[in-house]
Amino acid sequence: MQDNRAYAYYPGCSLHATAKEYDLSARAVCAALGVELREVPGWNCCGASSAHGRDHLLSTTLAARNLALVEEMGLEEVAVPCAACFNRLAVAGHELREDASLADAVRNVLERPLQGSAKARALLDVVARDVGTERIRDAVRRPLEGLKVACYYGCLLVRPPRALETDERVEDPQSLDELVRAMGGEPVEWPHKTECCGAALSLTRTDVVRRLSADILKMARDCGADCIVCACPLCMTNLDMRQGEALKAAGERFRIPVLYFTELMALAMGIPDAERWLKMHFVDASAVARRESAAAQSTEAQQ
Amino acid sequence: MARVGVFVCWCGSNIARTVDVQRVAEAAGRIPGVVFATDYKYMCSEPGQTMVQDAIRDHRLDRVVVASCSPRLHEPTFQRCISEAGLNPYMVEMANIREHCSWVHQDKDAATEKAIDLVRMAVAKARRDFPLFRNEIPITKRALVIGGGVAGIQAALDIADAGYPVTLVERTPSIGGRMAQYDKTFPTLDCAACILTPKMVDCASHPNITILTYAEVEEVTGFVGNFNVRIRKKARGVDMEKCTGCGVCYSKCPVKVPNEFEEGMGERRAIYVPFPQAVPNVPVIDREHCRLNNDLKCGVCQKLCPTGAIAYDQQDEVVTEQFGAIVVATGFRMWDHSQIGEYGYGSIPDVISGLQFERLMNASGPTEGKIVRPSDHKPPKTVVFVACVGSRSENHGHEYCSKVCCMYTAKHALLLKEKYPDTQSYVFYMDIRANGKGYEEFVRRTIEEYGANYIRGRVSRIYRHGDKVVVKGADTLLGRPVEIEADMVVLATAMEPQDDAKDLARKLGISTDQHNWFSEAHPKLKPVEVLSSGIFLAGACQYPKDIPDTVAQASGAASKVAGLFSKPHLLSEPMIASVREEDCAACGQCVQVCPFSAIELVELNGRNGASRRAARVNEGLCHGCGTCVAGCRGSCIDLRGFTNAQVLSEIDALALA
Repeated sequence: MQDNRAYAYYPGCSLHATAKEYDLSARAVCAALGVELREVPGWNCCGASSAHGRDHLLSTTLAARNLALVEEMGLEEVAVPCAACFNRLAVAGHELREDASLADAVRNVLERPLQGSAKARALLDVVARDVGTERIRDAVRRPLEGLKVACYYGCLLVRPPRALETDERVEDPQSLDELVRAMGGEPVEWPHKTECCGAALSLTRTDVVRRLSADILKMARDCGADCIVCACPLCMTNLDMRQGEALKAAGERFRIPVLYFTELMALAMGIPDAERWLKMHFVDASAVARRESAAAQSTEAQQ
Repeated sequence: MARVGVFVCWCGSNIARTVDVQRVAEAAGRIPGVVFATDYKYMCSEPGQTMVQDAIRDHRLDRVVVASCSPRLHEPTFQRCISEAGLNPYMVEMANIREHCSWVHQDKDAATEKAIDLVRMAVAKARRDFPLFRNEIPITKRALVIGGGVAGIQAALDIADAGYPVTLVERTPSIGGRMAQYDKTFPTLDCAACILTPKMVDCASHPNITILTYAEVEEVTGFVGNFNVRIRKKARGVDMEKCTGCGVCYSKCPVKVPNEFEEGMGERRAIYVPFPQAVPNVPVIDREHCRLNNDLKCGVCQKLCPTGAIAYDQQDEVVTEQFGAIVVATGFRMWDHSQIGEYGYGSIPDVISGLQFERLMNASGPTEGKIVRPSDHKPPKTVVFVACVGSRSENHGHEYCSKVCCMYTAKHALLLKEKYPDTQSYVFYMDIRANGKGYEEFVRRTIEEYGANYIRGRVSRIYRHGDKVVVKGADTLLGRPVEIEADMVVLATAMEPQDDAKDLARKLGISTDQHNWFSEAHPKLKPVEVLSSGIFLAGACQYPKDIPDTVAQASGAASKVAGLFSKPHLLSEPMIASVREEDCAACGQCVQVCPFSAIELVELNGRNGASRRAARVNEGLCHGCGTCVAGCRGSCIDLRGFTNAQVLSEIDALALA
């Protein structure tokens, strides 16, 4: 297990806007676990969505500037909560290490030193692996007893494995499941852990997103999940904000709460603001909080 | 003083168009040592050869240079020609003025100059030629066949029928191999066991065949005609002489183990025969699982055996035998699909391999031929077959096509429909490769008469949903995604070499390709041979093959063995390395670099009774590649017919021209 250590923190655009509750919960949970997050000063776009579809050098350079800033902070690793930001920074870092001529081209544009030493880490990975399930188990105040959780990793957290240098099984990742188990919850066996939610097609091909998101929501329900937990602002948007229209299009009437894993952790760790963040969701997630407190009360009563 | 004759060939216009052959002959006549030089339109023809023989007699030539085509083509012709005229056949040198000169140049003057240089070099080498002689090597006329599948069985039977003794070594408890596991065979649908078991029995009863099952080859030394092979006969725990094959022992054994022969779907006991038609029909005690061997009380089989054949304390037996030729027929294994995450990492019970489906269909299989789902033993209504699982895939390390899957998948779909007419099958394929006799017709029949739904495209995901298995893929002909709710999925997984193929290759001194399939000597013209003489390949240990190809190659290997054994003795190739032992410092460099393990360090009696060591070349193993010559620090190894002095004199002749 690691001692308390500092990570650079790259929130990305979503966490300053639509995914504010992800940002707030991430900072609160990390503070409670003794993980110091230092926001990268003057960070810029990670190069996702528009940039990496249009221009490889541009998207790599955007990511590289952030990595260079991390180097300037004197830190080795940058924790990235958003899956797309993480993917961009990690893939760019990998490419810069592997391809010397690309690294030279990027340095030329950047006009600042870039050693390539900074490594992007998914916040989920930092919490599940560096902090570790043992410390998390100790930090839990209200265990998630009886809560069935569909752990949804989405497509970008573990792919492509070669570039992300991950040891997760790409089609069946485990870190989030382990995390939920450590908090007393019950991760359900379900096949859609890494299915695509439709991602950035949310605006251009909403019909596709509705169908893909409905598939994921229905599968979570069919597998008996009480809620879905994710680690990506765009997944949240598609599964939470578009849930009503997606399920309506699929002829379904049910609703299933979607939470960031940090929100679920905050609930389990008894962080006071946790229930307030849930109000920022479109689908009512308060049931998760209530169910979880009910379970906690029954534990207390037994004791 | 050497008397060299030079004969310049026109090769019709092949050489004469680009090289002034008369000028070459005139120039050759002026080279020191040359006493006769001439040119002729076709030197290899009857009159051309007579011209050479006459010149040898008339001008008392003691060596000859023929300036014509590549030695690959006509060196044997002229060796025969001069030996008929009384010269040692190795006193001829070829100057290649066709492939190396006329065919690759246009400028006639320059080409002529080059041809003269080539002739000058050949003359320089010829002046240092000395007679070479072939030795007779005796042949041990017994063959070893490694692997007791259909390839090994066929090879053993053919060699034995030709009248030579054969030892068939098989590492599992019975011969039969993969084919014994199959249900029916494409495209004729005759039952695999019905055509294989008679051959197995023939093997067992053939007076020329010795079967060693539960045995493995440990070490191979020696060379063509005289291999020494160490074989470990693993302790069976059952006395083969006493056992009658009654089966009481395994019917009462209390230990149950997943059955390898049933691809893990059934159970066997700790004492077992792999399948009812096993040859020999003598059980084996699986010591890993036997209770007695794990310090538990038992001994049931020993108590019940009516002939007292159970011998727990039997030990492995190691024998060394001599063989003249070896047929390698070690077959293949199936790749394990649990490495594919998209298909559930092998965790979905109703996603099975083609070989498992084969056992399910087999009347003597774990379900007695009833096709049911492993999860709930219910018959499936919708079955999806996926071809090319792991094959033709760089990602999964098999760029190659496994060759048989298109056909057995069609067979599975057809037989499924025949047994259960109310089932529907879907086949995902990349291409249909049905290039054998009656194969294409068979696939068409499966599609058109048996209604199998063939979908061209790959499967991207397989997952469980309730009691269904959902298969997601693409139909690349319609250009749209497909989703099928199946009851069962059958994967045509890639064929792979045995996991210890590389080890066996090292023991035999033969080579493998990047996937560890054994390499043939020539992909087209020597498909049965390997680069080491006396060793032949049969079946899928070389590359995925179906049964007809396997049997054909096995018979080919057997006829190669019979051809080898039909000679009274072998003649050694004289162009091999030889060590000047008096100069050798026994540094061992040559031993290390020799690719054929043909050199060893031996003890010599030195002066005053002291002993010293020196390298010595085994003439039966040496291929004359010259690696040791280049590697020798003291320049005390020469390749006969290509000595250092000869090669240097060629270079001198070129440099001093």
